[in-house]
Amino acid sequence: METGIHELTAGYALDALDPEERSAYEAHLPGCEQCQGELESFWTTTEALAVAASGPAPSTALRERILADVRAEPLVVVPFEPRRRRLVPVLAATAAIAAVVALAVGLWASDLSSQLDDSRAALERERANAAVLADPDAHSVAFQKGTGRLVVAADGHAVLVLDGLARAPAGKTYETWILAGGPPVPAGLFPGSGGREVVGVDGSVRDGYLVAVTLEPAGGVDVPTSQPVVTSEPI
Amino acid sequence: MEATASTVLALPGSQVRVAMRKHHAHLSDEALVALVARGDEDALTELYDRVSRIAYGLALRVLRDERHAEDAVQEAFLQVWRSAASFRAERAKASTWILTLVHRRAVDLVRREERRQAEPLDGEDTAGAAPEQTEEAAWLRFERERVQSALGQLPDVQREALELAYYGGFSQSELAERLGVPLGTIKSRMFAGLARLRELLDESAQEGSWKPEFTS
Repeated sequence: METGIHELTAGYALDALDPEERSAYEAHLPGCEQCQGELESFWTTTEALAVAASGPAPSTALRERILADVRAEPLVVVPFEPRRRRLVPVLAATAAIAAVVALAVGLWASDLSSQLDDSRAALERERANAAVLADPDAHSVAFQKGTGRLVVAADGHAVLVLDGLARAPAGKTYETWILAGGPPVPAGLFPGSGGREVVGVDGSVRDGYLVAVTLEPAGGVDVPTSQPVVTSEPI
Repeated sequence: MEATASTVLALPGSQVRVAMRKHHAHLSDEALVALVARGDEDALTELYDRVSRIAYGLALRVLRDERHAEDAVQEAFLQVWRSAASFRAERAKASTWILTLVHRRAVDLVRREERRQAEPLDGEDTAGAAPEQTEEAAWLRFERERVQSALGQLPDVQREALELAYYGGFSQSELAERLGVPLGTIKSRMFAGLARLRELLDESAQEGSWKPEFTS
């Protein structure tokens, strides 16, 4: 009956469908705008039911447990494409490694494939960077300056996940530095993309170190000549 | 230059973090979810601080056990962290999405644990606690009364179906068996009840002169 599946919208919003009907409804939903609209509207109602159930605050330990969970997560577990439901297995073939990079930094496949076309060397770098991002023991810290994160694998290999660092002007390059308390150590050059990108750090990053990026004359320099445009927190 | 490095190293990270949290406090729930999708822990913390009280209350209502309720909230927030990229702001508010995840988790747990007790809750057990004077507590009390008043205007069989399903975690077929009525009747009651509740809540929201944002 036509009304049958639509009527399930209420049961679905209340999480009251039996497993088979839940599956049937979820299969029906993407193609039915009427049910989508109804469900969105019912969800507002069930949210009111949720608010009405509020009582004492949870223990402060719960907040800490959730944060500990999150910090223990590798950076990788989100659906690769909106339509694909399965999680991508980590660290299988090269394609999967490339996928891990895409997952970790939120790139879609199309962006990535054009990057991979560049050269075999680029692919090798991607693989090394992906290994860092996929390392379940990797640590990551936010930036004090700039937008993105520094991710450091257990073995000291590190990558910068940069967000929106503009392409370097003509005659200039970005230069990465490892800051270990002494003079900054040069750790590679890159052009910047203006979008989201993963840049490997040449050199080993240990506990307490920071990584910074400056804008320098093309070809790079041995000692920074400008203030950092990106500075990480200490790892 | 060495000066660059030492300047950088002298920056106290904790101050930067506090500044970031303050920055996050002005963001919408939906913007926070977008940041969570990029791996921003502070954004997740801010979301948790905004939603956790309702999320935990909901889980506790369904599971009736503090440890299980915390487990449900914990698992739901891990799911938020993992699947934030799949959240579509045009489909639902972020708070709605998170509470949906919490409720689904709680219901799955209660069905597995078979912990459900026979009687529907009257919902008054938490309201008897010493009233808090915070703005959030006042708003929650106001909302609780508004929803309970709307529930009270439903026909008994509809209210019973909604409460046993949403707060009790009973599936439609379990309810049909428990109440001794055909499954089709349960489905109809649930649909009619939820649709009527939606109307009543819309009406009372328009009447209410004080309706702060959920996230404020």
